[in-house]
Amino acid sequence: MKTIEDLQKIREEMQSKISLRKDDGDSIRVVVGMATCGIAAGARPVLEALVDEVGRRQLKNVIVTQTGCIGVCRLEPIVEVFEKDKEKVTYVKMDPEMARTLVSEHLVNGRVVQAWTIGASE
Amino acid sequence: MNFVRSHVLVCGGTGCTASKSPEIIAEFNTQLKNCGLDSEVRVVQTGCFGLCALGPIVVVYPEGTYYAQIKVEDVKTIVEEHLLKGRIVQDFLFKEADAHGVEQSLNNTDFYLKQHRIALRNCGVINPEEIDEAIAFDAYKALGTCLTEKTPQEVIEIITESGLRGRGGAGFPTGIKWKFAAASPGPVKYVCCNADEGDPGAFMDRSVLEGDPHAILEAMAIAGYAIGANQGYIYIRAEYPLAVKRLKIAIEQAKEYGLIGKNILGTGFDFDLEIRLGAGAFVCGEETALMTSIEGHRGEPRPRPPFPAVKGLFQKPTILNNVETYANIAWIINNGPAAFNCMGTEKSKGTKVFALGGKIKNTGLVEIPMGTTLREVVEDIGGGCPGGKKFKAAQTGGPSGGCIPASLIDTPLDYESMAAIGSIIGSGGLIVMDEDNCIVDIAKFFLQFTMDESCGKCSPCRIGTKRMYEILDKITQGKGTLEDLDILEELALHVKENSLCGLGQTAPNPVLSTLRYFRDEYEAHVVDKKCPTGVCKGLVEYKILSDKCIGCTACARVCPVDAISGKVKEVHSIDPSLCIKCGSCIAACKFGAIIVE
Amino acid sequence: MSTVKVKVNGMQIECPSDATVLEAARQAGFRIPTLCYLKDINEIGACRMCLTEVKGAKGLVAACVYPVAEGMEINTNSQKAYDARKRTLELILSNHRMECLTCVRNQSCELQALAEEYGMEEVRFGTPKEMQPDIEQSTPHLIRDNSKCILCRRCVAVCKNLQHAAVIGPNDRGFSTHIGSAFDRDLGEVACINCGQCINVCPTGALTEVDSTYKVWEALADPKKHVVVGTAPAVRATLGEEFGDPIGTNAQGKMVAALHRLGFDGVFDVDVTADLTILEEGTEFIHRLQNGGTLPLITSCSPGWIRFCEQYYPEFIPNLSSCKSPQQMFGAMMKSYYADKLGLNPEDVFVVTVMPCTAKKFEIRRDDQSAVNGLWDMDETITTRELARMIRKTGMDWSALPEEDFDPDFGEFSGAAVIFGASGGVMEAALRTVVEILTGEELAKLDFVDVRGMEGIKEASYDVAGTLVKVAVASGMENAAKLLDKIKAGEAEYHFVEIMGCPGGCINGGGQPIQPGNVRNFVDIQTLRAGALYSEDALMKMRKSHEVPLIKKIYSDYLGEPGSHRAHELLHTSYKASPKYPGLEADKKKN
Repeated sequence: MKTIEDLQKIREEMQSKISLRKDDGDSIRVVVGMATCGIAAGARPVLEALVDEVGRRQLKNVIVTQTGCIGVCRLEPIVEVFEKDKEKVTYVKMDPEMARTLVSEHLVNGRVVQAWTIGASE
Repeated sequence: MNFVRSHVLVCGGTGCTASKSPEIIAEFNTQLKNCGLDSEVRVVQTGCFGLCALGPIVVVYPEGTYYAQIKVEDVKTIVEEHLLKGRIVQDFLFKEADAHGVEQSLNNTDFYLKQHRIALRNCGVINPEEIDEAIAFDAYKALGTCLTEKTPQEVIEIITESGLRGRGGAGFPTGIKWKFAAASPGPVKYVCCNADEGDPGAFMDRSVLEGDPHAILEAMAIAGYAIGANQGYIYIRAEYPLAVKRLKIAIEQAKEYGLIGKNILGTGFDFDLEIRLGAGAFVCGEETALMTSIEGHRGEPRPRPPFPAVKGLFQKPTILNNVETYANIAWIINNGPAAFNCMGTEKSKGTKVFALGGKIKNTGLVEIPMGTTLREVVEDIGGGCPGGKKFKAAQTGGPSGGCIPASLIDTPLDYESMAAIGSIIGSGGLIVMDEDNCIVDIAKFFLQFTMDESCGKCSPCRIGTKRMYEILDKITQGKGTLEDLDILEELALHVKENSLCGLGQTAPNPVLSTLRYFRDEYEAHVVDKKCPTGVCKGLVEYKILSDKCIGCTACARVCPVDAISGKVKEVHSIDPSLCIKCGSCIAACKFGAIIVE
Repeated sequence: MSTVKVKVNGMQIECPSDATVLEAARQAGFRIPTLCYLKDINEIGACRMCLTEVKGAKGLVAACVYPVAEGMEINTNSQKAYDARKRTLELILSNHRMECLTCVRNQSCELQALAEEYGMEEVRFGTPKEMQPDIEQSTPHLIRDNSKCILCRRCVAVCKNLQHAAVIGPNDRGFSTHIGSAFDRDLGEVACINCGQCINVCPTGALTEVDSTYKVWEALADPKKHVVVGTAPAVRATLGEEFGDPIGTNAQGKMVAALHRLGFDGVFDVDVTADLTILEEGTEFIHRLQNGGTLPLITSCSPGWIRFCEQYYPEFIPNLSSCKSPQQMFGAMMKSYYADKLGLNPEDVFVVTVMPCTAKKFEIRRDDQSAVNGLWDMDETITTRELARMIRKTGMDWSALPEEDFDPDFGEFSGAAVIFGASGGVMEAALRTVVEILTGEELAKLDFVDVRGMEGIKEASYDVAGTLVKVAVASGMENAAKLLDKIKAGEAEYHFVEIMGCPGGCINGGGQPIQPGNVRNFVDIQTLRAGALYSEDALMKMRKSHEVPLIKKIYSDYLGEPGSHRAHELLHTSYKASPKYPGLEADKKKN
């Protein structure tokens, strides 16, 4: 026997599961380069760590996705963060530890980790 | 890894199912497991996406990549390239989407740009067999709102204000129908859903039932609350086994959650639902025939008055609404009537789902605001007639509707404009015809359907449609006269004005509208004894061109009735009295020496 | 009762608020044509002949089902309505085999009448003159020709709504629709009760009774045969209708005269055996009442009811009286008592009855209806309609016929016998005898009015020598079913029950003259016809079965006493349960 409150609870629980399908222009997109070079460099553990951390923290406005070769192969694994009305941030030479910190610093607290961006590596 | 990062949506509508989408899903699951991705990627079977010409459809989120015409062999590639390596498989994309196949651009494709999916909002988005997904997309939210925050009268007012009109074809204002039933004395009343969808070529209701069954269950419960009914019946044609299955699952799941049945959401409101199967009769989609069928009798209509809102099923006040009408209800409650009536024309509000079929590139389901012109549907959304052929006419409303000729292609698609030109919106079937279609043959096709489906109760329809068909058959065999056209029209008007129910009253529409707009084509058949498009076999002749025939005897050898004579290396000829126009000779001739005229 | 004011063809009238446009028009004196409409039985608006113009309505309305409303303006004969009806008629005729010149309903067919009224000179569709007959004849009583059927559904409606049988209905759909039985099996394979009510309401020649007249002509022409005829009580009340007499005319005298002129060797009255039935059944009742026998005793003179009982309510077979029907008793008596009296060989006696009934054609060949030397009690039975055809064939001038009396050898009867033809008549006749026997006193009042009238179910109770005798009367099988269900459920208890197969009793039997829809729907033909019988009874000197000298003589000279061994041999029979779908039983055995 469900009440309106039960219904609301289910709706909320499911939101995170189906948010992937929603056309939400306000989401932050975290894109991991996953072509052969990326995978060879270890992009999969980075992707898994990102997804796991986002899931643990139940961040509703973050989409983690993958793309092919971004281009700067020597700096793989690469993670790009797209946020509406902000400049794209490209993180290079990521590993799973750094990926989790990225989530807490950049995605939750809104602080770009400058040291890991492509600008800093030049 | 406990967080799914990607959803792969595979269309599970009947069309794509027939094209092996279940096998595609199975293959996805296999391949994902092989690549170790099965806990990150979820494969979801959804309802119809609408672009049926290009099924099976697979959409990958969060990218929104729209893959079309996927085969089971393609799945491995998608998994290894896209899901594992992030490289979108360009070859498999729906061509109109841009290189990244991003969802935003999908909405900008010609097919989707002018659409506004309300009734179809969840089709292609959720797994219809998972009630939790439906709830995630707001299912049963409106029911909760109505039961706890609105009185029945307020619910009826909202629906009335929205301007929603019956989407089954008659276009009767839904709010007013509910008001009549609410005003009739109880305590026993019924809510019925017409899921009989009999028009040939129409599959809007099927897709809604297969893709978003909870929308219907919720709407019927809301309707029950509004009029004071505690029992609903969904009358669905048995030829929709997938829809029946999904409905049964949905009802079971809804009952488990206490969303259908006794004491819904703890408010004390009871509403139970039963499914009743049709048994192959188009006439049972007629309101009173449907109710008579549910009662266990032969499905024949009854004269009105009394109207069902006063005396309907089992002689109790009853409302009957079409599936598509119900599909709009929850959205209207959740978004407010103004969100609905801001679309459409003055008297035809909201959106309508059309099933685009026939000679058109993008066959499938489209949901567009009322008032969109036929030209926009045919050229912009539909992509025009394939093969560069010229658009000739569009038949709207199935066997109950009329033909819209090319000269009227800018007619807006709304109830009033359609009626003014002799057609109807109907349930939403929209069959496109090009220059190769014979309009007389089309009229005959539709009339044969209604003649076969007539229940036989009243004299004008039972006998009149048969006599009309006999005249049309005569005409397509080349034995018609000008006088026959006058008699045909007289009969058509008689059947239309004097039949007992909507089937007979609308069966003559294809004949009447084609006579009105294509009379010259009829006259060619009866005066010149010619079928301009070469379709009517009784009026065409298969001829061998003497300047092209080299006497190879290939045609004579394949002719099943030995109608071709001629000696080797000499020009052959076809005996028209024996020729059955099967076309085997044309297929066998390598010299293009046989023509149809 | 509330009323509304409406205008019919410009004339203002006030009619009941629940009336239909058809009824309002009739009240104003205008007849709107109908084909499918049968009041209270078939109100479906299907034939579309009654389409009428009502101001403000969307299109023409079907007058037979469209309700009136205050201020309605009805135009019964506008050009639009006329044209619509004419076109519909043309369509119906295009699918109707035109055999009018020789059809049994020539001059009495409702479709033919409308065709004449609407000037149908040309039917531009179909090939009505080349259609083939589509005959179904699998029962002793009925011939169905679907090539003449206009699918009005009146037969289906009476079978289902009035007679509780529903053994015929529409099969297939659209143009292929045709009336038939389940799975298109023969009528003889389903639970038809042979009542013939369907024939009574058929507007065309699609339904008609099996013609037995040729067998009667044959017998009359055979010099070796001594042909006798007996007439049922209900025939005299209706035969005149076939010749233009007003409904309710008692044509007894002319009927006898006509039968004499047809050449029968003996013209007798089945009323005589009706009186015999009362003596036998009355005795049976008193015996059961006083010895704890099965009660209620239920009458057995209606073969339609017997068919219904054996197929639908076989649990009531023990309640049935063991008496044969008066017709069967007549046959048995003709071949025993009468043959003996005249010194004739029973084999040479050919017994014919004229009956208002079609189920009699089934009855004459039932098991256990051959009491004398293994000969059938009855040789032939013809309906009132068949007799009329025989009379017409000879060219007799009905209006010039004198009043004649039945032949005395078997022609003396009581008023109690006469009223057998009306529902409640058998009960009343039985009461007149039984009450006198039980009380031992002469009855002061012979009219048991409580059991008279056309209601479907009637109940009464009478204090008879200290016992409260409770009786019930039902006619029409829908009413019988209701009554029997009540008895089964223990909701009511009776001592004696009369059940007639046809609603209203034999005067409305399946073999009676057919009155068209526009008479049946507006005139109470049952009461009028029954009135002829009750009037005859009221004027008769002898009104009790047991005081008729002929009856007393038959017992003293021949039978002994009521219920004697000889009486049982000749005048009693037995019944057995009958499967409703013998065809299906046969199929099961085959598989």
